[in-house]
Amino acid sequence: MLFFIETVISGLMAGVMYSLVALGFVLIFKASGIFNFAQGVFALFAGLALYDFISPDGWFYELFGFVLPAWLGIIATMGVMVIVAWLVEFLVLRHLVNQEPIILFMSTIGLAYFLEGLGDTLFGSDVKPLNLGLPSGAWDYLLDTHNLYVEKLEVVAAVVAAVLVTVLAIFFQKTRIGRALRAVADDHQAALSVGISLRTIWVIVWSVSGFVALVAGIMWGSKSGIQFSLSLIALKALPVLILGGFTSVPGAIVGGLIIGVGEKVAEVYAGPFVGGAIENWFAYMLALVFLLVRPQGLFGEKIIERV
Amino acid sequence: MAYERNIGDTLLAVDQISLSFGGVKALSNISFSVNEHEVFAIIGPNGAGKSSMLNCINGFYHPQEGTITFKGKTRRQVRPSEAAREGIARTFQNIALFKGMTTLDNIMTGRNTKMTKGIFWQALRFGPAEKEEMEHRAVVEKVIDFLEIEAIRKTAVGTLPYGLQKRVELGRALAAEPDLLLLDEPMAGMNLEEKQDMCRFILDVNDEFGTTIVLIEHDMGVVMDISDRVVVLDYGKKLAEGTPDQVRTNQTVIDAYLGVAHDDEDE
Amino acid sequence: MFYREAGQFKTSYKADQAIFTITQDRFFIGLILIAAFVVVPFFINDYWANAILIHFLVYALAALGLNILTGYCGQVSLGTGGFMAVGAYASYKLVTMFPEMNFILAILLSGGITACVGVFFGLPSLRIKGFYLAVATLAAQFFLVWLFNKVGWFFNYSPTGMIVSPPREVFGFLVTGPEASSAARYLFCLSFVVVFALAAKNIVRGRVGRSWMAIRDMDIAAELIGIRPLEAKLTAFAVSSFYIGVAGALYFNVWLGSAEPTEAFDIFQSFFVLFIVIIGGLGSILGSFLGAAFMVLVPITLKTIMVDGMGFAVGAAKHAEVMLLGSLIIFFLIVEPHGLARLWQILKEKLRRWPFPY
Repeated sequence: MLFFIETVISGLMAGVMYSLVALGFVLIFKASGIFNFAQGVFALFAGLALYDFISPDGWFYELFGFVLPAWLGIIATMGVMVIVAWLVEFLVLRHLVNQEPIILFMSTIGLAYFLEGLGDTLFGSDVKPLNLGLPSGAWDYLLDTHNLYVEKLEVVAAVVAAVLVTVLAIFFQKTRIGRALRAVADDHQAALSVGISLRTIWVIVWSVSGFVALVAGIMWGSKSGIQFSLSLIALKALPVLILGGFTSVPGAIVGGLIIGVGEKVAEVYAGPFVGGAIENWFAYMLALVFLLVRPQGLFGEKIIERV
Repeated sequence: MAYERNIGDTLLAVDQISLSFGGVKALSNISFSVNEHEVFAIIGPNGAGKSSMLNCINGFYHPQEGTITFKGKTRRQVRPSEAAREGIARTFQNIALFKGMTTLDNIMTGRNTKMTKGIFWQALRFGPAEKEEMEHRAVVEKVIDFLEIEAIRKTAVGTLPYGLQKRVELGRALAAEPDLLLLDEPMAGMNLEEKQDMCRFILDVNDEFGTTIVLIEHDMGVVMDISDRVVVLDYGKKLAEGTPDQVRTNQTVIDAYLGVAHDDEDE
Repeated sequence: MFYREAGQFKTSYKADQAIFTITQDRFFIGLILIAAFVVVPFFINDYWANAILIHFLVYALAALGLNILTGYCGQVSLGTGGFMAVGAYASYKLVTMFPEMNFILAILLSGGITACVGVFFGLPSLRIKGFYLAVATLAAQFFLVWLFNKVGWFFNYSPTGMIVSPPREVFGFLVTGPEASSAARYLFCLSFVVVFALAAKNIVRGRVGRSWMAIRDMDIAAELIGIRPLEAKLTAFAVSSFYIGVAGALYFNVWLGSAEPTEAFDIFQSFFVLFIVIIGGLGSILGSFLGAAFMVLVPITLKTIMVDGMGFAVGAAKHAEVMLLGSLIIFFLIVEPHGLARLWQILKEKLRRWPFPY
């Protein structure tokens, strides 16, 4: 029984990590109707940039002779992500106004490739450990009293995710900008015609998304180091979004948790019968089932087509 | 004035159809019938449920109550592709052409239900598939000829002006050689000349091929001129059914839709 | 001046709808075919065959398949790698279980098996579209790669998990295995590609192709004029998977010689073929070829310039390639979403007027 609880908790924690990344996707999809395949690469890029700011073996140190403390590094990286967001808007999005979703999606695949190559070229492709002073190791209290192994880092990630979700949910529902974002997601041309500046909105959204990517990058990076596989998270996010609904912030969380738990439980309990590594495809199969049964996800909006 | 038509028996009978979307009732207990070779108009204010009615007839919407009888077969719901195979064709308010294809290809898709050669013959092309393609091409060319759109055969329809797109859409519906043709506001957005052309085409279709036509139209001049019978809808309910003259003088209809009858401004 | 159509008028619908209606086009394509079949085999060597020609042919075939599904029928698929794996492993099992079987038949049967698998994973397309369908195909991709990795029967329980293509002959010439000549392997692939390209062109300009394009452009309207979406979509999946399966079988048997699922058929393979189709032009047979040529030549060109010419490290060239591909995808999507095929068409338009400006 204890083992089962541990598996579930481990799954929940993994799920939180997925949710963090999925959040970035939801933001961009909610506001621009684009599924940003490059979101994972954003997280990777943010992590790489952060590492560069705070480590002695980066460009920053070479150029300026000192490293930034963690909090300043984060702010600097945020600045970098805003610049990236602005460039993406300027070079890519502006020219693709009102194109079909599939074209936009494929352009983000191109973006992902480009940013990844850029990241590799600038920062090198070896794994970089991220030491931000976040707590690590097991949560001793739980370990001692209930014999439960829970990593402190993952708890921190869960708290961060909860805060982020609340802030974002409020942002979308209550603010003027949030409403503008939803308008843009619906119809670019209509939004333009009521005076919403697409460009500003997009830069805002992609920056916020960049921030979420940074948080995700920090969490994942602290856990397993900044590495290439971070960019593949985009692929895992798809099932999360299917379950939760592409346009729902709480859905991203719930979806992430379900996928996280489902994967872990399947791997631990069913894995040994089939040689293991079920995690590779379990999420997608689950998503597939959902697609057939409830395509808009648990919290998404149903699309009605009129002729 | 409607000309002499050889009007037959009931081709389409709509019986007590009710349709709701969530809480909104789009159609309430609508019944009417359309006779073969007839030109039948559905009129009413915007939002009356006219397009929804057409959508029920050709299977896109599934009514909650009531039945539709077409060519003797009664059913409530039908899959759109089956309705098409039964012999119902239609055009749409917002043009539903295949923007990535040429005019010729668009109209050829209208013949799809009649072409039978399977994928292996298609891959070979030489022989039966080619012969079939050419036969149907000949039929489509007749339609193109009829609608006077030869010049734009190979143009991608996405680049055509609105009026021509509507004509191509009509061509696609005609290519299917339907028994019943549903036209959803075929003259919307057209100027006088284009309207006259479209009217002429509709009448010619009915005349030459005997196709039964059901049309939704707002231009009262057109409706009164070419229809044999009319049904009036308002807020999903039927107000009146009868010949144009009967409907024109019906008080409920005037109150709801036509307004005070002025002396023949639109004739 | 040379490319004028003046004086070439068609007197039958058949002539009007031929694949190459302009005489100059027919001449040109004839030249290419003669060069490909007769001239090249004399000059071919292993490097050219492996690095460029067979590489190109195999990917062109896979791109044809993906184009049919995504370009003509509008169903997004990220499962190309997985389906190529099905073709490869099917051919491996057939060839090892039935050593007497005619090799061509084995390849075609592998395609058929892949078609069945494709139809199965294509069933969700009846209820879902767009990215949602992409996810379904991702499920196929990851599941299939896992399957071929884990289940020993597929790789004949070899301890390395790899499959190796045994030597096989066609008309007396070895086409697989280390002893096969590059000319034989090249001609074998070329024949498949030419026949399949012709079949594809015939299909897409006929009834089936039109129903696919109708589904792509507006599936609701397509259904309303009588096209059965089930039939059309599943046929697209079947034909597409058949092509991709054959490509996978050729990829493994003739080009690679040996394969291991996580490397040869992973998600990046799916992206590679998708890029070919985007750059070449969605919904264009010619585009599949142009895109394949492009994607095969770019890495080689980059490597030659950067590594051999300018002395960069191989890794740097790889990163540059990735960046270049990414930017090219974006470039094409913005500037010419119909890819190289449209650029080619525009070029031909200009050629018709040449040397006059208008």
